[in-house]
Amino acid sequence: MCLGIPGKIVEINESGGLKMGKVDFGGITREACLEYVPEAKVGDYTVIHVGFAISLLSEEEALASLATLQEIIDLEEELGVGSSDEAQA
Amino acid sequence: MKYVNEYRDADLVRGVIAEISRTVTRPWTMMEICGGQTHAIVRHGIDQLLPPEIELVHGPGCPVCVTPLELIDKALAIASQPDVIFCSYGDMLRVPGSHADLFSVRAAGGDVRVIYTPLDAVRIAQENPDKQVVFFAIGFETTAPANVMSVVQAKALGLTNYSILVSHVRVPPAIHAILGSPANRVQGFLLAGHVCAVMGYWEYPPLAEQYGVPMAVTGFEPLDIVQGILTNVRQLEAGKTNVENAYPRAVTLEGNQPAQKMVRQVFADCDRKWRGIGTIPASGWRLRPEFAQFDAESRFDVGEIHTEESPLCIAGEILRGMKKPVDCTAFGTECTPQHPLGATMVSTEGACAAYYHYGRGLHDG
Ligand code: SF4
Repeated sequence: MCLGIPGKIVEINESGGLKMGKVDFGGITREACLEYVPEAKVGDYTVIHVGFAISLLSEEEALASLATLQEIIDLEEELGVGSSDEAQA
Repeated sequence: MKYVNEYRDADLVRGVIAEISRTVTRPWTMMEICGGQTHAIVRHGIDQLLPPEIELVHGPGCPVCVTPLELIDKALAIASQPDVIFCSYGDMLRVPGSHADLFSVRAAGGDVRVIYTPLDAVRIAQENPDKQVVFFAIGFETTAPANVMSVVQAKALGLTNYSILVSHVRVPPAIHAILGSPANRVQGFLLAGHVCAVMGYWEYPPLAEQYGVPMAVTGFEPLDIVQGILTNVRQLEAGKTNVENAYPRAVTLEGNQPAQKMVRQVFADCDRKWRGIGTIPASGWRLRPEFAQFDAESRFDVGEIHTEESPLCIAGEILRGMKKPVDCTAFGTECTPQHPLGATMVSTEGACAAYYHYGRGLHDG
């Protein structure tokens, strides 16, 4: 139950006094409670746990992390260590 | 899918593992707290791709695994009562109590329902005013915001037939207990990304400092996990003991403030017993007195409960990182997912079940 899955908010509505929405998980759409992410907008990506959005994903941070990791790998290639397990002495 | 596929890129994962290999000079033992991460590590074979210096041990972050046997027996006793609809997350149904599980209660005529979200349990209570609806509210900090919202909703709706059986546990006190043990072997932690998405990670720097152990907030995809490991290895090799965020797209230092506020309104800290580990002070949450009418333990008097664990099961040592599933003599023989002796073999987030499903240590002969 702890594997929160990222999904895209495709609709926001209100039900029973709660901010709710529809979230698309790669083609499967489910209802989720958005009460804990009051700033959420349609199009945002969110992590859902047991039907509740607990966090909005930051695209900026996601791109920055990927870029940092790509740099590490480019550096490895430049140094000629590639995917080898042995570092050069 | 966005935010998923990029983090499963095999070349990137291999590249980060190569960087780990170049960085490491000595053996290090690291614990991933979260059972979801244990499952991902074994499933993707990350433990086998890492350089031999890095040993991963598996932590207590599986809510199903650490829910005490007494409480499971209590759940079984409540679910067996007539006029009760017992609602639970699906992975609790097969967890063995002393003598039965929720599936067998259902087979014997009990109304046991699997729900996806606690708001479903509230709806069931609204639709069945002549029944008592009880929700088995288990979990770590990740499920707490959802579970407390069900109580807040039930109160707002004036429901008198809804209650929750609470077994909530928290990560920081568990880390404190693991690191404070004289038998501890853990030198670095991969912190559970989604626990931190809710709570932030401001609670961890004092622990990292007190015990001299670095920590990395870590996500769930293969690339997230190897990034968390690399973050820790760099710190360990440099003698640093910081808490670093290797999952910044989902986690901030402060965490989700509205969720924390709601949890604090409904829950107060309490001592909790962890299955296989024992009682850890201030390690859990219970309902505040203002919400006492929603507490299933006081609503249903189920009498004295006497529990018995299998004497073969070493899950408690596994959950504290002292042993691994393959060290258990019952693993894969007396104990299998079909006939589990302990909770770590039942839950898909349990270390024993993960090792069994992916064939770790099953054919050493
Ligand atoms: S293999 Fe079974 S008996 Fe052994 S520790 Fe795991 S759950 Fe317990």
